[in-house]
Amino acid sequence: MTEEPLLVRWLRLAAARVAAERERLTALDAAIGDGDHGINLDRGFAELLHRLEVGTLPDAPSPATLEAAGRAIMATVGGSSGALYGRGLQRAGAALAAGDGDAGAPAIVPRSRADRALIAFDAAVEAIAALGRATTGEKTMLDALVPARDAFRRAVDSGGDLAAATAAAAAAAAAGAEATIPLLATRGRASYLGERSIGHLDPGAASSAILLRALADVAAG
Amino acid sequence: MIALALVGHSADLLAALRAMVAQVAPAVPVTVAGGSAAGALGTSSPAIEAALRAALAASAGAGVVVLFDLGSAAMALEMALEALPVTARERVRASRGPLVEGAVAAAVEAAAGGSLEAVLAAADAERDATKLPPDWLAGAPR
Repeated sequence: MTEEPLLVRWLRLAAARVAAERERLTALDAAIGDGDHGINLDRGFAELLHRLEVGTLPDAPSPATLEAAGRAIMATVGGSSGALYGRGLQRAGAALAAGDGDAGAPAIVPRSRADRALIAFDAAVEAIAALGRATTGEKTMLDALVPARDAFRRAVDSGGDLAAATAAAAAAAAAGAEATIPLLATRGRASYLGERSIGHLDPGAASSAILLRALADVAAG
Repeated sequence: MIALALVGHSADLLAALRAMVAQVAPAVPVTVAGGSAAGALGTSSPAIEAALRAALAASAGAGVVVLFDLGSAAMALEMALEALPVTARERVRASRGPLVEGAVAAAVEAAAGGSLEAVLAAADAERDATKLPPDWLAGAPR
């Protein structure tokens, strides 16, 4: 039996984890948002799995899977999260498809899985920051994603494999999400709450940490 | 004639607003995109894209001014705009004005034959409009 590609195994585990944490995410979003983050993400990932089952979402190659996953998320999650995660996944796929990107020149040295994952992850984070017009410190998913991307990059640069890099990223994302608690929200629905947003963990950062933990867990094999 | 596209989180809210606009400017084409794909409160980029295309067609290419409710709809609108061909995208403007007041002001200007820029300006101007009479101090009449 051929094992499914790592990317697909990640999407499956991510979907399961999002479903399991749906209430917690919804509660976080009820505190400083419109209370539907868990519900929306769960629905989006369920749709993603459905598309995998019926074959409308390709399980390979990775760029195609990522782009199709992004479209599914964007269409079904809705709201800001759907747009942000959807755009992130799509741009990750586009970055992988483009190779190393410099005038389309092929990589001289074959890329490791960790290198390819970094290209994809970095593209996703940059796309999310650009679309959301946000940066770190504003109590958004970027407060989990940026430290995670930086940790991922450091791990890869020091010769770490995919398991090491994803583990570092997951840990950084979890810490980053926790670090959103004292922050003042200046973006999104939470920004309407002003100072009342302080003391609550950002739901987007929480879900980012969940997704990255799932990635680390499948990469650890 | 310039068309309007109303974008937001609630299908019910936008349907009602469209009815209000039809009262003041029945000839102005108005499309709506409210609620998530699942029919709950939220936004849907594909629905917004469809509303923009329909509005563009109804305007015979003259252009569309978009009014929306909350900032989060702007992101979904951005996704929808990206899905349009460049020539179509160039005929769409999003107003920074309030949804209800902006829609009504824009419709009046559109009905009078206003250009895309004029209709947008009318909607934008509502952001700073005084809608309480001057003799209402601290929210209460004198």
